[in-house]
Amino acid sequence: MRARTWKLVGTIVVVAAIGVLVGFYVSKLTKEAGSPTYTVPVKTVNGKPVVDLTIQTVAAVGPTLSPAHPDYVSYLIRNTQGKWVRETVWHLPAHATVHVTIYNFDGASGLRNAYLARPQGTDGNTYTVDGKTLNVISPDDASHTFAVPAYGLIVALPGVADDAKNQCGYAPCSMSNAHRTIQFTFHTGNAGHFRWQCFVPCAAGWLYGFGGPMQTIGYMDGFLNVA
Amino acid sequence: MSETTPQPQPGPNHARRVIVAWIVLSVIATPLVAIFVGPNIPPGNGSDQASQQTIDNTVMAAVITPVVCLLLVFFVYALWQFRKPRGGELTDGPPLRNQSTVQLAWVSITSVIVLFLAGFGTYELLQNGAGGGQGPSPIAVPSGTKLQVQVIAQQWEFTYRYPSYGGVETSQLVIPADTLIEFHVTSLDAVHSFWAYQLGIKADANPGADNVAFLKTKGPRTFSVHCAELCGLWHGYMFSQGKVVSSSDFASWIQQQKQLFASVAKYMPPYAHTYYPDPQRRAG
Amino acid sequence: MRRLLGFNLLTGIVLGIVGWYVGWYVAHSIVGPSIDYFGDIDYNELSVVLAYLGGVIGFLIGLGFLNYPFARLRGYPPSLREKETGGWGRYFSLCTDHKVVGIQYLVGIGVFFLIGGINAMLIRIELLSPSHQTFPAGTYLTLVGLHGTMMMGMMSSAILGPFGNYLIPILIGARRMAFPRIEALTFWLLMAGGVILETTVFFGGFPTGWTGYEPLNTQGNPGMDCYLIFFALVGISMTLLGLNMIATIVTMRAPGLTWTRLPIFVWGILSTSVLMVLAAPVLIATLGMALLDRTAQTSFFIPSAGGSNYLYENLFWVFGHPEVYILALPGFAIVLELLPVFARKPLWGYRLAISGLLGVSLLSWFVWQHHLFVSGINGDLRPFYMLSTELISIPTGFTFLCGMMTLWRGKIRYTVPMLFCLAWFFNFLIGGLSGVFLSDVPSDVTTHGSFFSMAHFHYTIMGGLIFTFFAGIYYWVPKMTGFQLNETMGKIHFWWMFIAFNATFAPLFAAGFLGQPRRVVTYPADLTFINQWVSVSAFILGAAQLFFVFNLVYSLVFKRIPAEANPWESKSIEWQLPSPVPVYNFSKIPVFSSDPYGYGEPARPVAVPASSPAGRD
Repeated sequence: MRARTWKLVGTIVVVAAIGVLVGFYVSKLTKEAGSPTYTVPVKTVNGKPVVDLTIQTVAAVGPTLSPAHPDYVSYLIRNTQGKWVRETVWHLPAHATVHVTIYNFDGASGLRNAYLARPQGTDGNTYTVDGKTLNVISPDDASHTFAVPAYGLIVALPGVADDAKNQCGYAPCSMSNAHRTIQFTFHTGNAGHFRWQCFVPCAAGWLYGFGGPMQTIGYMDGFLNVA
Repeated sequence: MSETTPQPQPGPNHARRVIVAWIVLSVIATPLVAIFVGPNIPPGNGSDQASQQTIDNTVMAAVITPVVCLLLVFFVYALWQFRKPRGGELTDGPPLRNQSTVQLAWVSITSVIVLFLAGFGTYELLQNGAGGGQGPSPIAVPSGTKLQVQVIAQQWEFTYRYPSYGGVETSQLVIPADTLIEFHVTSLDAVHSFWAYQLGIKADANPGADNVAFLKTKGPRTFSVHCAELCGLWHGYMFSQGKVVSSSDFASWIQQQKQLFASVAKYMPPYAHTYYPDPQRRAG
Repeated sequence: MRRLLGFNLLTGIVLGIVGWYVGWYVAHSIVGPSIDYFGDIDYNELSVVLAYLGGVIGFLIGLGFLNYPFARLRGYPPSLREKETGGWGRYFSLCTDHKVVGIQYLVGIGVFFLIGGINAMLIRIELLSPSHQTFPAGTYLTLVGLHGTMMMGMMSSAILGPFGNYLIPILIGARRMAFPRIEALTFWLLMAGGVILETTVFFGGFPTGWTGYEPLNTQGNPGMDCYLIFFALVGISMTLLGLNMIATIVTMRAPGLTWTRLPIFVWGILSTSVLMVLAAPVLIATLGMALLDRTAQTSFFIPSAGGSNYLYENLFWVFGHPEVYILALPGFAIVLELLPVFARKPLWGYRLAISGLLGVSLLSWFVWQHHLFVSGINGDLRPFYMLSTELISIPTGFTFLCGMMTLWRGKIRYTVPMLFCLAWFFNFLIGGLSGVFLSDVPSDVTTHGSFFSMAHFHYTIMGGLIFTFFAGIYYWVPKMTGFQLNETMGKIHFWWMFIAFNATFAPLFAAGFLGQPRRVVTYPADLTFINQWVSVSAFILGAAQLFFVFNLVYSLVFKRIPAEANPWESKSIEWQLPSPVPVYNFSKIPVFSSDPYGYGEPARPVAVPASSPAGRD
């Protein structure tokens, strides 16, 4: 009888240990390389929903915002408390007008496909860069892109000049650092789950510039959860 | 009767039962499969190539049906008839080790089936490539004038260039109906695969290589384009909708695209079958 | 306590960790903490690779693999270690007893099979909904890669490792394998590799799936190196395992055991081993080149720098196609070996069965480009590879014929091993016929890279190999352990698994034909029902394996009912020995006089003397 009790205890201990290990594994995987969802505050103008997105793109995200990858390039969004957070999954209302302001603090790396240098999917297929309305930029000036392929939205963000003064080191960057300001407007449609990504090969050190942060949600990729 | 046979066979003639049942089942099932099941096997009739594939699938399904019937009849019969009776001692069955007629029949029949399918598939393939990518020098080329459309795959979107319209590049694939199309599929970075499902076209997009596939469109329709080769994070989201439209609609669409393209045309590299774009940003 | 101080798994782990740091330090000395041309990344690629290699070397030293070579260098005479005659410590160290290695393999592969299965369950949780992301999209790709890679790497040795190692010496009348230390090495390499593969989650995972296609491979995070090292270790393990089997079967057969008296299982192992020895080195070389591309900035596979992704694809599939026959052939071997026992008839068409096995082995070298039909290979090649792939179904059909005719007019007993073998026919028929569709180029245009091909290989590999793996377990575990497995629970496990397996994978043929590509984290909304059905069936299938583990624990740990020496009344020689088989197998080397299929013929033993007097009975 004693042997049997020991066996029973042993089995239960082993099963519990396995359960704990599997639990750790699954919880690590659900958080690994992801992003919490940021719900964008909605205004109503003339009965239609309108949202404002204020975004920063930075050359190195820094140890506070990313202890694991301080040197990754990243997008940041300004939340309702005015803090810059590294959250790239955004909850947006359906059939809304979205006004986007992006402050780009990173230098240019150039587009792989020059075709993407023309803004598409925005109101009038144009955008404003530092106040000037443009319908194309030189592909070599592109630093990042904000693109939602399902909407046909592609916006190339021109970069900070290489010799600009007071360039930003680690994020979050302040307005006194050298930056470009890009503004455009697009519209969401029906409810759905749409990915957004950058198209500029800006992940220095990975083959074709598309590894690392370019393939990690929470940095250069995210979702628009439209509902 | 049984005294004259070398191996006395008490009981029913199992072989005859199985063969008769098999023939009856096959004669019933094969036409049913060929008429009702086969034509409903995807990808359907969205293009000449898709129809070819559906015919091919139908022929294969019809040829395979008797094989399935044989195994079905055999196992249902054998597993019931030859089970060890419940209770009683464990005795052995007859020591049958071989019968060359059975071996010969099986090998011949399976060889014929296999060679027929290979031959029929080759015939379908050599007509026009059956919608698959044939590499830079295709051998199965349909005759006639072809509209060239380049499919550029990149991480993680397909774009399309039309060399006969000034190399205009677009984000959506729109092609005219009743037209022979020559796709040139290439990639700018990783390996992707251009899969136009309803049109029955699939061609891998390789960096630095040109992959040619032929398509003959039928009537106007929409079709989905998916990436069919794992290419990184957004492989699962690398899909879009394409359209087959009438020739006049296509003409007006492409004019509109050319106007939009005009602003970026000066920055574009000239149309080529492959591109080695800058920047490359290698890991060293 | 004294045991703990010797060379065993514990010292292996300790020295493995030491080796890890040594490797990391060496890499840092070569290239510094961050290389200029790596730009701003956080990891030094070379350090990850050298750290793992150092870890593996340390692990092997800690287990004691260098002890004998050093002893010989110092002039000690050649010898085998004293086989400890008992104690469970043997199972956690370098043991040269082939039976211990067989059981180590069974448990080790079983554990990694369950880990791969957990990853599969996580994949199916993600695919329950096309819009809800349970796992971030990049992590999902790592899960897909982990599941596929773990299964392919581990299950290649699923039959040869446990059953080959345990049974081959006994079946040929020998006391050991030709190279006992290499035998142990193959096992521990596999275990080290499995752990390394799972640690990829700490390095960002890998985005390529189990095929590791370039150039996405070079673009991956450092977790990609875990995949490359794992598969290279698997390749080395497979090469040595195959080599050992061939050497043993060719040179150590007992007197009287001519080639025509050899059990068909041994023939199957032999044909698989030839494939392993020839194909695995191609994999090792390919992965080595990929590692060089990632660490030493070579460009074998980078087109923009002069390389070619086609080179990778072709090299990989030259290994990859024989690899899937490495997975399938042992299944054929087990089915043909077990059917005579449970139908009480000799194996029908012995020579035809052998030509089927060897024919599949030979033809498997000539078909690999069917994985590349639409990838842009030269169009001339496609009809040839379509023909060769279709032709390979002819020798495969021989196995079916021999099995079916063995059942013909037999006296079939529906024991648990027999049920799994019969299910093989059903599953492999579906798998094989779907392979006919895939081998036809026009049809392949739609089904390549879709869930149809996924369903095909799950039917052939899981429906073929894994079902026969369980058949082997239920059949031989009483011989290996001396204890019975509960028959009723076995039957429940079988039906549970068989029904859930078909419910899971049959709809995937439809999903593929309806346009769902492989390895995707989302799918068109109209395929939601199929995916949900498949996911729920997959959870039920996973639960079946947990039930099996419960049976194992219940029967082998708690109930422990002793098994008879020959519960299946088989004429094969391993069943004429006591259960479990004594340490030296035979007290006197037997002399063989026939094959083990003499059912219905005048009774005569397979070999004389046929049993060892020592051990339990």
